[in-house]
Amino acid sequence: MPPPLLFGKKGSKRARKILSGDSIFKKLTIIFALFILVLFLLIFYELYSRSQLSINKFGLGFLTGVEWDPVHQVFGALPFIYGTVTSSIIALIIAVPISLGIAIYLSELAPRRFRSPLSFMVELLAAVPSVVYGLWGLFVMVPWIRDYLQPFLESTLGFLPLFQGPKFGIGMLAGGIILAIMIIPTISAVSREVMLAVPDTQREAAFALGATRWETIRFAVLKYARTGIFGAILLGLGRALGETMAVIMVIGNRPQISLSLFEPAYTMSGVIASEYIEATQEIYLSALIEIGLLLFIITLIMNVFARLLVWRMMKMFRGAKE
Amino acid sequence: MQAKSGISKITVMIIIYMIAVVAVGASYFLTSQNIIVLNGAGATFPEPLIKKWAFEYNEKNPSVVINYQGIGSGGGIEQIKRKLVDFAGTDAPVKDEEMTTGYLVHIPETIGAVVVAYNIPGLTGTLKLDGDTIAKIFLGNITKWNDVKIVALNPELSLPDQNIFVAHRSDGSGTTYIFTDYLSAVSQEWADEVGIGKSVGWPVGVGAQGNPGVAGLVRENPYSIGYIELAYAKIVNMTYAWIKNEFSGEFIEPTLESVSKAAEGFLEEMKEDVRVSIVNSPHPEAYPIASFTYILLYREQNVYGVRTNFEKSNALLNFVWWVVHEGQEYSEALLYPRLPPEVIVICEELLRSITYNGQPIITS
Repeated sequence: MPPPLLFGKKGSKRARKILSGDSIFKKLTIIFALFILVLFLLIFYELYSRSQLSINKFGLGFLTGVEWDPVHQVFGALPFIYGTVTSSIIALIIAVPISLGIAIYLSELAPRRFRSPLSFMVELLAAVPSVVYGLWGLFVMVPWIRDYLQPFLESTLGFLPLFQGPKFGIGMLAGGIILAIMIIPTISAVSREVMLAVPDTQREAAFALGATRWETIRFAVLKYARTGIFGAILLGLGRALGETMAVIMVIGNRPQISLSLFEPAYTMSGVIASEYIEATQEIYLSALIEIGLLLFIITLIMNVFARLLVWRMMKMFRGAKE
Repeated sequence: MQAKSGISKITVMIIIYMIAVVAVGASYFLTSQNIIVLNGAGATFPEPLIKKWAFEYNEKNPSVVINYQGIGSGGGIEQIKRKLVDFAGTDAPVKDEEMTTGYLVHIPETIGAVVVAYNIPGLTGTLKLDGDTIAKIFLGNITKWNDVKIVALNPELSLPDQNIFVAHRSDGSGTTYIFTDYLSAVSQEWADEVGIGKSVGWPVGVGAQGNPGVAGLVRENPYSIGYIELAYAKIVNMTYAWIKNEFSGEFIEPTLESVSKAAEGFLEEMKEDVRVSIVNSPHPEAYPIASFTYILLYREQNVYGVRTNFEKSNALLNFVWWVVHEGQEYSEALLYPRLPPEVIVICEELLRSITYNGQPIITS
């Protein structure tokens, strides 16, 4: 009995005709895929060309300038770069241990019936709009930081310049904490996937050698999944670098470089969102677009890095299965 | 059989869809014959008022539809320069040298005022401030609420020995423009160090987005001070200071009337050029932190190419004429000050100067 035809009625001619649609479909999807590349290049080109004015005027001094004064048209991006990078680092310092704890519990230790609901809730958190985090941050977290966390940090770690300064609640610390809360779902969800992908043979081998639960997690799971976990962290970092609204609402929006985490700061995406609409002079607009370009480059580097790590990890898995 | 019924369903849907498209298109074609659509964009501050005007004017003149998008003053200027809108709204006036695409007539439509809001727990009575003190607070030269300068202005208040938390706008805004314009007028130090702008390099303080952001910071942080647009401050019940009028020495409460009087102090200057700054008004009862917000119109209206004709320009001018006359009736209910009668006379002159192919549009 001949296999039933999927397409067409009887004659193989018609079937072949439709099957040749496959190649058309393939070409069509290639065009769609190329569209991404074109889009990427266009964004880069547009950012670069529209920031020409600022690039020509300030040159590399734009990267090291610490003053941002639209009235006198002096523009330097360093406080924004500092704000973006530092707030993201604070976010990672807080978020990574917590996220790994969540991921380890969900993939290794939690009773089976808890795993799905808990994982679902973690992913749900990732879907909350950032302005909601921002509002919560402003009205709940900032007063808490001002009234409890900052006095506590000052009385215990106040000898460090990091924890001295005005106790407004609002500032770099608040920005870092809100970012941490926002990237925990990302990091823990991806890390959990990575840990689940670790072959059970690894765990069985470790148990067979007499390893405890902790030793198994540490040597068989974490070590095996470390590049993937690193990739998850970098994805979280990417989100932290680009996050705008929630940070604007709690970081204080002040372009300065201060050692103190209590002082207000400003981020790159924050200044673009805040000042772009009313920036009327050409050079001002150009400087804001150049900040966009710098942010684009920084995020790009982070993402490429993350992607490479994930690829490396995939290769390792394939190697392990063979 | 199944495939057949599926196709017929799709066919029915397509037919319904086509009928709908034809119907919508036909109705649009039929009505668009005699409807004039006027598009405007710009400042967000007067947006609620302009939308109210657009609605009321359309009720009375169903053949004219007015759209206004509050995209910011900068965006409005950009759009009218590109000839994408028929009128623009702006808080800060456009300088002659920036009018690269034709002269733009500024028609004051209402007045904006900025209040200095504060949050001092336990304070009974209203705080009184003068320009120099406000400038020093925002420069970071005065850092405590019980500074001698503040105490001297408020002998009857018991001011706490607390640091002042300064809040300002982080986004570019007309509110910041008015406030810094005022501080530059009353403080040489401010003029030299910071200057006037929609975004400035703030010497101290914490920035927040929009009037709600600054109001939120002031409300949430004890011993804080910030500047907020008057109507918003009234709506959300902020506590704000009375400001000293430098010419009469009186402390003036910001009200729609006292703001309106700020314009009356500059009538002579306005006759010369309506783009005058009206901060620090010499009128003895004027609240000093105020500014006009303007509608921008091309002085020569025939600049839009095929998209314009005399009827459209005529409708536009009639609308703006209505705005500065009958339209003012709607201002106070929405917490915008009315234009003083003398200013309306100046507006009339300005509207008469607008032409179509060199011929004045309003002749009466």
